[in-house]
Amino acid sequence: MNLTIRSEQTDNAHHIYLAGEIDAYTAPQLRESLIPLAKEKGIELTIHFNEVEYIDSTGLGVFVGVLKTTDANGSNLKLCGMSSRVRRLFSITGLDEVITIEEVKEGQS
Amino acid sequence: MEQHDRIHVELPAKPEYVSIARLTVSGVANRLGFAYDDIEDIKIAVAEACTNVVEHAYSEGGSIYLACYIYDDRIQVVVADQGKSFDIQDVESRLGPVDAQKPVGDLKEGGLGLFLISSLMDKVEINEDNGVMLVMTKYLYESGVEESVDGISSLQSEQG
Repeated sequence: MNLTIRSEQTDNAHHIYLAGEIDAYTAPQLRESLIPLAKEKGIELTIHFNEVEYIDSTGLGVFVGVLKTTDANGSNLKLCGMSSRVRRLFSITGLDEVITIEEVKEGQS
Repeated sequence: MEQHDRIHVELPAKPEYVSIARLTVSGVANRLGFAYDDIEDIKIAVAEACTNVVEHAYSEGGSIYLACYIYDDRIQVVVADQGKSFDIQDVESRLGPVDAQKPVGDLKEGGLGLFLISSLMDKVEINEDNGVMLVMTKYLYESGVEESVDGISSLQSEQG
């Protein structure tokens, strides 16, 4: 199982749709896709986790790096569509205190 | 309690094989009757341990040694390498979640792996002799307290 990354762009917003597993093997590929976008000035970067089945600390580290980059460039990072499993890791590590995570509404997957 | 079976796997210490370690323990934990959420916890903890081996143990390639020890009431997973050891005290002193009070620019991208392992498993021991050996235990019942014989036997009868 690998990771697929699909991106959509409007004027000053990027939407990234992730599917698969984020681990030590796929994290470098993810970082390479996200960091150049995060370096753009004053954009909204939204990452969609709806089809992410697995993430570990290597993946969490990528989003810390992306957050630092958007923060330094006056852009906003938002993560959304997380399953409760994925969401749980962000809360155990305290990353949900520093990264904006849009909660999934009841009944949505 | 008497030990039953053990499963040993040796994998190249490369990122692409960490998922094999994950699938292996997932299969073993499933066989033992762990709940879905517990299996996911074990998978992440083992992946973190293997990722540490991949990233820190060797400068020129080596192996991840993965062993699952199966008991009636728990699984014990050992992840070991024959590479460089590390300063346990230094690592332990930095163990913890992200500090939301710090400026974003000061956040570290690594260092959450061992913290996650200790959060997700019931018991974690680190031994350093010839490289690093991490011994991680998860009980079939979260409290680690033995359930009644009935509870255990009914679980086993559900398995194929």
